[in-house]
Amino acid sequence: MFAIKRILTTYNLKSVRIKTPLPVKQIHLTSGLWHGEYEWKDPKSEDEVVNVVYIDKNGERVNVRGKVGDNVLYLAHRYGIEMEGACEASLACTTCHVYVNYEHLDKLPPSEEKEDDLLDMAPFLKENSRLGCQIVLTKELEGIELTLPKATRNFYVDGHKPTPH
Amino acid sequence: MNFIKLVSIRNFSSSRNIPRVCIVGAGPAGFYAAMHITKNLPAVNVDIIEKLPVPFGLIRYGVAPDHPEVKNVINQFTKVAQQPNVNFYGNVTLGKDIRISQLRQHYDAVLLTYGAEEDKTLGIENEEADNIVAARRFVGWYNGLPSDKDLKIDLSGDTAAILGQGNVALDVARILLTPINELKSTDITDHALNALAESKIKEVYLIGRRGPLQVAFTIKELREQLKLSNCQTVWRNQDFEGVENMINDLPRPRKRLTELMLKSLNEYKSIPIHNDNKLFKPIFFRAPKKILVNSHKKITGIDLICNELQGNKLEEQKCVATANTEILNCSLAFRSIGYKCVKADDEIVFNSNGLVENSKGIVDNNSNTLAKLYVAGWLGTGPIGVILHTMGNAFQVAKVMCDDLKNKDCFTDKGGFEEIKKNYIKNSSPIVNWEGWERIDKYEIEQGKLRNKPREKVCSIEKMIDIAII
Repeated sequence: MFAIKRILTTYNLKSVRIKTPLPVKQIHLTSGLWHGEYEWKDPKSEDEVVNVVYIDKNGERVNVRGKVGDNVLYLAHRYGIEMEGACEASLACTTCHVYVNYEHLDKLPPSEEKEDDLLDMAPFLKENSRLGCQIVLTKELEGIELTLPKATRNFYVDGHKPTPH
Repeated sequence: MNFIKLVSIRNFSSSRNIPRVCIVGAGPAGFYAAMHITKNLPAVNVDIIEKLPVPFGLIRYGVAPDHPEVKNVINQFTKVAQQPNVNFYGNVTLGKDIRISQLRQHYDAVLLTYGAEEDKTLGIENEEADNIVAARRFVGWYNGLPSDKDLKIDLSGDTAAILGQGNVALDVARILLTPINELKSTDITDHALNALAESKIKEVYLIGRRGPLQVAFTIKELREQLKLSNCQTVWRNQDFEGVENMINDLPRPRKRLTELMLKSLNEYKSIPIHNDNKLFKPIFFRAPKKILVNSHKKITGIDLICNELQGNKLEEQKCVATANTEILNCSLAFRSIGYKCVKADDEIVFNSNGLVENSKGIVDNNSNTLAKLYVAGWLGTGPIGVILHTMGNAFQVAKVMCDDLKNKDCFTDKGGFEEIKKNYIKNSSPIVNWEGWERIDKYEIEQGKLRNKPREKVCSIEKMIDIAII
């Protein structure tokens, strides 16, 4: 019975949008490819908790209990939210592009030049665009809402022209 | 009760009901598609076939050696490949070892992601002269692409010209102008490092047929170039006439890029040129008319047509040729005006843009017996954009594939790669699997350690196979 229950739980976790963290072993396949360990630890106390709302590509709101010091890119990974991070937070790509709700935008440290340079490549760049990998949670950010850019049907009909490589 | 259904599929269905997907090309488009498909289908088998014995396409062979952070995505792709339901088959060439129709017979869906592997040509007189190098091949050369390892390039002159103003052009300029000590610790191949150490190139021109407001490179790459040590940037004042007045109406990315150029232009005016420094010289409104050569058919310069912009509004401006020409003396030139796709298999139909015609990634839906054919990445969108764009497109196409496969009854086992291998692939062409690549990877990292580099790439296909197949 226990075994079946376990299968059910893991399966459920994998296929349905969830608010609880993914089990570590599913993600951690190979040592040496491991990033964002800190985000995989639960908050030690309520004082540390920072609640985050991710709004995914389909507009679905996902509430996540983060903590002070969490990088929102890796926090998203822990909770199975599809925010990519191709360069592993080394400020070399734009795959973790998010929109930050305006009430919280001003509470973030201003973007560095390098972040702005990368954001310039993002389709549908807006005034509240930031890179998820550059957002680290503080108590002030309680309730921050991060919206993932909607998947576009096709670059060439939506008017965006990607810059040549 | 949904999960019980899922579990029962997983536990009790025989393997013949699991859809088989074949992805042709192990570059970023192929891997991102595989990632999406394996994440979103409860049960699926994905086979990635690749012409080279090694994976990762342009991440390995396109991304410049001084951009190691961009290559971090290899870690994610590795996780994709290590899943038990994903297989990598390297050293298998579409159009040579196997045909598209054969793949479509033995899979439930076939996705083409083999990119754009040739460079566009200028079509001007003497283009085939000595020391005119395709930027694409130069990139392949310093990155260790087997077909480019023997590229002939003479770096003994002092002036090089790059025709084109995209990010590849800037990569070429940066590699030529970076102090050699800064390249030593990258994964640039030894043969390129040795040749660049002897390079006498002092001036690099970056030539564009349009103006500063139309450049194709992006701000990150320009900023890197401007910050290069022992290198100064020299702009031509007249190229920027009227640009400052336009700046406020530009969209943010173009505005920031133009502001950076203007800032650099003003700095250049105030800082004297240091004799020991190398020089980076972007010039605008010049299109190559013909290559000038000496009696040995080696390049001595480029005859350039002077262009001018016509029209007042930015969106309506057109670049037109004037009667004036200008000669630029140089001993080396790079052609960097873009890539084009090749027909790997003559069953592939291209549209007038030289791309595989598709609708949301679906290529051909007319066959009842053959699997649906899809395309993603540069082969479908055109060779344009950074990894973000390729990722977005690959995810979109993969989503279409997942939706199709969810609705498809996979009653019969199509056989997948086992059948392909048994029926079509000759024994003379050994197949390199993921474990084989891991052996090559390990070997390269060991060789790199001896040289204080992250890796020293194996540049010969034969040697790759030797290491991979035990």
